[in-house]
Amino acid sequence: MSYKIVVLVKQVPDTQNVGPDAMNADGTVNRSALPAIFNPEDLKALEMALQVKDKFPGTTVTVLTMGPERANAIIRDALSRGADKGVIVSDMRFAGSDTLATSYALACAIQKIGPCDMVLGGRQAIDGDTAQVGPQVAEKLNLPQITYAEKWVDISGSRIRLTRRLDNGVETVEATLPALITVTASAPDCRYPHAHRLLACAKAQAEMWNADAISPDMERLGLKGSPTKVKKIDNVVLAHKEGQRVETTETALNGLVVSLMKDHIIG
Amino acid sequence: MNFYNDNDSLAFHLTHPDMQRIAALKEDGFSDAPNYGDAPADAAEAVENYGRVLSLVGEIAADVIAPNAEAVDQTGPHIENNGVVYAPGTTQNYEALKKAGLFGISMPRKYHGLNFPYVPFIMTTEIIARADTGFATIWSLQDCAETVSAFASEELKDKFLPRIYEGATCSMDLTEPDAGSDLQSVRLKAVFDEHSGRWMLNGVKRFITNGGADLHLVLARTEEGTTDGRGLSYFLYDRSEGGLTVRRLENKMGIKGSPTAELVFNQAPAYLIGERRFGLIKYVMTLMNDARLGVGSQSVGLLEATCREAERYAAEREQFGQPIGQFPAVRDLLLHMRARTDAARTLLYETSRMVDIAKAYEAKGKNMTPEERVTYKWAQRSADMLTPLLKLSASEYANRNAYDCIQVHGGSGFMKEYACERLYRDARILSIYEGTSQLQVVAAQKGIAGGSYLAKMEEYDARLTHAELEGYRNSLREAVEDYKTMSAIPNTAESAYDYKRMQTDVAASLIMAYLLLLDCQRQLEGDTHCGRSFLPSARYMVAYARAEAARSLSMARSYAE
Repeated sequence: MSYKIVVLVKQVPDTQNVGPDAMNADGTVNRSALPAIFNPEDLKALEMALQVKDKFPGTTVTVLTMGPERANAIIRDALSRGADKGVIVSDMRFAGSDTLATSYALACAIQKIGPCDMVLGGRQAIDGDTAQVGPQVAEKLNLPQITYAEKWVDISGSRIRLTRRLDNGVETVEATLPALITVTASAPDCRYPHAHRLLACAKAQAEMWNADAISPDMERLGLKGSPTKVKKIDNVVLAHKEGQRVETTETALNGLVVSLMKDHIIG
Repeated sequence: MNFYNDNDSLAFHLTHPDMQRIAALKEDGFSDAPNYGDAPADAAEAVENYGRVLSLVGEIAADVIAPNAEAVDQTGPHIENNGVVYAPGTTQNYEALKKAGLFGISMPRKYHGLNFPYVPFIMTTEIIARADTGFATIWSLQDCAETVSAFASEELKDKFLPRIYEGATCSMDLTEPDAGSDLQSVRLKAVFDEHSGRWMLNGVKRFITNGGADLHLVLARTEEGTTDGRGLSYFLYDRSEGGLTVRRLENKMGIKGSPTAELVFNQAPAYLIGERRFGLIKYVMTLMNDARLGVGSQSVGLLEATCREAERYAAEREQFGQPIGQFPAVRDLLLHMRARTDAARTLLYETSRMVDIAKAYEAKGKNMTPEERVTYKWAQRSADMLTPLLKLSASEYANRNAYDCIQVHGGSGFMKEYACERLYRDARILSIYEGTSQLQVVAAQKGIAGGSYLAKMEEYDARLTHAELEGYRNSLREAVEDYKTMSAIPNTAESAYDYKRMQTDVAASLIMAYLLLLDCQRQLEGDTHCGRSFLPSARYMVAYARAEAARSLSMARSYAE
């Protein structure tokens, strides 16, 4: 038994390591000051896909992204970790896409890739934090969807079972393939690249598909296909008013925990 | 975090102009390129590949090995069912590196290696030692593959090299209770058993790093009745064949995650490596220089760790209303720590490059052209003379930096909460194992008496042509004069060792100061790989070398009076 898997990935600005010049004066993101990285939850989705490949030899993992050509960096990264193939859907006509238009383009690309057993992706990307693209792709492809996935429990034929991490606990669910799965932050970290693959894939190029290649309805792409209109962006600066510096020692941290418990903030 | 990417002085040394030549020699016509997907097509790509793999190692070092270091130090390994069980963190480190396909970095591609030369391999050890110096000992033992590769039969290579890639652990079993620095006295016996057609090992080895390993290289006496090095041969022993008992693990002061074992061999079957009688005089001697280079790289890794710990604390800790790093007393400590680190590192990679060039030509054997033979001899001589200086200085500097790192932390540094306490303990072995500092001084005497250190200084001096560095160069020339004057003073029997030690230390300081100035010259000529200038470190090392030369000359004169 082997499976055909597509992993949806995205190259995002590294919003977790923000320097002082990360924001422009007008409140927009200064992308040039933020290094582009592999969206962290997409890496976890890739790991879940690779675990299937470990267990079922012959399984193929295709990573798919929508973005500019420089997204090749994350495609190469995915290949060096064990993915088999990369596809970038790239066209100026995709510019200005909101989640609706993005999920439409991705769904078209998945259909072009051909019948697959699983579509995996991160729960959300750290630049937009919408968590909408995965579920919308599922709806467009008419696939059952499992969100907040954390860990495989069982894969057997066309039935899969896995756990979902929810606010108040862990839920084990079962689904019939094909299905779409979004993976949450608490899932296991992705494996490191393999040295030989890292070198062999160093200059690999993803397949580039433009809008015509995935033959969609052009009206549903880019700005035209995006009902979301951004009215205004506010730059919220959290002012530092009252602060306390805690040293990273056992004693100081214990003191912090005790004082937080006393104030009923935790515990 | 990434311990390669966050330290651009590594990229600076990796892109040294000689590296293209080293890569081309190692790849020998780039003939692997059509057959192996990961083989480079030219020298530039080869050097880029080294950087890619170093970045991977840097990520694992920062994300896995460094966070495990404290718990590994506290837990350590133990014996279970006659085997050594690593601390859980050590196993996690090993697995992460193994799964990333990083064992066998220097092995040929046909054994699944990456066919990397020494410089990038040594750099991986530096990076890993910065994360956990104890773990670096386990990591660098993959270098046993180099011995098998160089001296064992094709059959043994085919059988064992792929296993090293798959993660088989290795050890070098040389030391015995009565044979430490004096390896000629090794007594462990190897007898050829006619019945089974196998060599059988019997005896005891002590202080064996990673003694529970899957594969052991064992120095043993094959020639009945001999008592010196010429009666010793070298063996490969596979743990799975039985006959080995791990009798105890040492309770050490530092590098506590690295198991140090006492081993008893009882009718343990083993494979002869190369020829009989060449065990110590050829195979181990070659390996010993590599091992000293390994300790040099561990020392530089620890030096980097001490700088980082001290710099961070000095920036965070405030007293009298400002970070303590801004007070001249602390600032100077930090500057000197950084200077020692830069100095030891530039000597480390200069030595490694010489080893690479020498090994590459040596592999050509009789096919060397006369010009190549000249280069080979120069590189081999350079490697031989620089190795003891590196081992001596880097390990002593590591101890000095570990001391200063605690000093920067003040009272907090004396507490177990901070990493500097562990670094202090881990540093202590560096000036002892693989030849004590005192033995390095002895090893350096040939270079001192024969004038080859002086010739090396003159070689560097001639390369130093940048006008902006002229003042520093002139300072060093004065110090070189003191070094020469000192050599002409007859030493007395009572001061003989002290005199040799001073000469060796002065030679080392001068050579490191020259190398740092050459690094500055590269930067002045436009090299931008390292974001910070080496000039502050070079300035300190030049002043230090000059003062040390003058002081030593003065002492030698006093001794002679």
